Amino acid sequence: MTEPLDDAIVEVSDLVKRYPKRPVNAVDGVSFSVGRGEVFGLLGPNGAGKTTTIGVLTTRVVPTGGVARIQGIDVARDPVAARRLLAVVPQRVNLDRSLSARRNLLFHAAYFGVPPAERERRADELLDQFGLADRGNDKVDRFSGGQSQRLMIARALMHEPTVLFLDEPTTGLDPQARLFVWDRVRDLRERGVTVVLTTHDMDEAEALADRVGIMDNGRLLALDTPAALTALVPGDSMLEINVAAPAGREVDTVALEAGLAALPGVERVERVRAGAPAFAGAGAGPWGGPPGGPPGAGPPWGHGNGAAGAPATGGARFRLYCTVDAAAMVAPVIGLLAQSGDTLDDLNLGRPSLEDVFINFTGRRLRG
Amino acid sequence: MTAPTTTEATAPVAAARPRGGPWRAFLAILGRDLFVTWNELPVFLVQVILQPFFIIFVFGKVLTNLGFAQANYGDVLIPGTIALTIVLTALQSTALPLVIEFSFTREIEDRLLAPLPTSLVAVEKVVFAALRGLLAGAVMFPIGWLVLGGLHFDVQPGELLVFMVLGALVGSAMGLLLGTAVPANRINIAFAVVLTPLLFTGASQYPWASLDSLRWFQVITLLNPLTYVSEGMRAALIPGLVPHMTPWVAMLVVAGATVAIAAVGVRGFIRRAVD
Repeated sequence: MTEPLDDAIVEVSDLVKRYPKRPVNAVDGVSFSVGRGEVFGLLGPNGAGKTTTIGVLTTRVVPTGGVARIQGIDVARDPVAARRLLAVVPQRVNLDRSLSARRNLLFHAAYFGVPPAERERRADELLDQFGLADRGNDKVDRFSGGQSQRLMIARALMHEPTVLFLDEPTTGLDPQARLFVWDRVRDLRERGVTVVLTTHDMDEAEALADRVGIMDNGRLLALDTPAALTALVPGDSMLEINVAAPAGREVDTVALEAGLAALPGVERVERVRAGAPAFAGAGAGPWGGPPGGPPGAGPPWGHGNGAAGAPATGGARFRLYCTVDAAAMVAPVIGLLAQSGDTLDDLNLGRPSLEDVFINFTGRRLRG
Repeated sequence: MTAPTTTEATAPVAAARPRGGPWRAFLAILGRDLFVTWNELPVFLVQVILQPFFIIFVFGKVLTNLGFAQANYGDVLIPGTIALTIVLTALQSTALPLVIEFSFTREIEDRLLAPLPTSLVAVEKVVFAALRGLLAGAVMFPIGWLVLGGLHFDVQPGELLVFMVLGALVGSAMGLLLGTAVPANRINIAFAVVLTPLLFTGASQYPWASLDSLRWFQVITLLNPLTYVSEGMRAALIPGLVPHMTPWVAMLVVAGATVAIAAVGVRGFIRRAVD
């Protein structure tokens, strides 16, 4: 799973962490490397071992086995040198509550030996960049979650780290704050800062990460670009269709479902009930009839408000999981419908999202 | 344009050591702690002075005025009370913040990720708490003078300095041990169980030699490092007034206790800091 990178900033090989008195390894033989300027996402359910892996890389957890290196420095052997290169934004707020926002930044830089004039300049610049310029002299204990998170990222950047570790950077933030943090992470990538982030938010991994590693039970199950990962899911394309019958008759759903399933290239057919959420990317769709209303019970003229051409209710909806590209299935489907006299109202081509990949690898079981 | 191989070989090293070594980080962290103390100086002083002030006032002034204690008891009381103030202030200055920072605010994480060995972060805590203990002890001189309306000391400057510093260090080392050994939810109990016995078995209100008639208690007090600091302070301030331990013996015991307790405390600190 490890492809050696020419310019690896983070290298983890066969990493194992076993806590005393625990039956299983928290991290169980994980290997990966992250290149310079790359945004790398570790995705996994709670307790998958993401935070422990980050803990080893940031010198806070001593590995039981294996090696973790930052820019060639073994973090277990020379933690002090490794700390100069890295910065951490933890899950929980750990700002210095006795200090103002600005002093949080200044003292952090002082720990790293940044000269005083340079500290002041960077603090002003970062406060401004993170939208905290007017809060600089306020104590941090009254900061909101979003403000604290922004300040922690600013603090992490004060000593100009080579690699930034973000542990679930947007958990619990409102959408605006989340987008703001995403934008800052993208800025960092443009400036060549390597970013390693953990998340269980698929959108976040898909939006930010160049490559994603999926972890569960201490193991790395898959590692690739989000696009390549989604291509791994069985039934790698989906087709969703809405079928309407001519006026005066209902769609024979049983026969149609059997017919669709018999088409070559279709792996599985699912009847989608009205009101059920469409798969990712399909949106609410024009089929969302009034909740509670039986399918086909709409007004005889069939047109809902503003839904030009498409009946607001009625018809039947199917989801086809195909073994071939979904687009190639459109013609056979139309052909089948022509035989039964039904018409195709709407269709939607869907590819699996990272969430499908994630569930595929980690299962649906709830985690403690 | 130098040879690329040379650049590659030196680049990580150059990046790894930008400015200053671990001691620079140590001083910056100490600077942060002093800055915070300076900003809340009045609160800090009220916090540490109130208890010794009332000890001196009630035992040194009220009881002597009422005739329950000898007239010069105040002079015996003050050196021990200064010792007590130094040791307990230093102890609380490590123990309490450690418990809070490790479990509640997690503030310490930023310092644990600073470029210095984890053990030095613990040493910084000890040094800083010792400075607070020394400050509190120094303030007790004018307070004693004000409350008792004058002090009759025969000051031995060298011994005074050594015992104040040693007392501060042994106190903060005990605090480091307490703050890292006790889980956060038990710290209230730990403080109640540790502080009160420490306060009354430290020979700060009476010369140790005078416990002759209460032999078992005299032996117990030898287990408390505060006893040696109190004895040392009396040797440094009122050498002729009451009997006291030989100063160099007391110094050795306190220094040894400091090293031993701090060593265990630093190990406890590292255990808490690194998984």
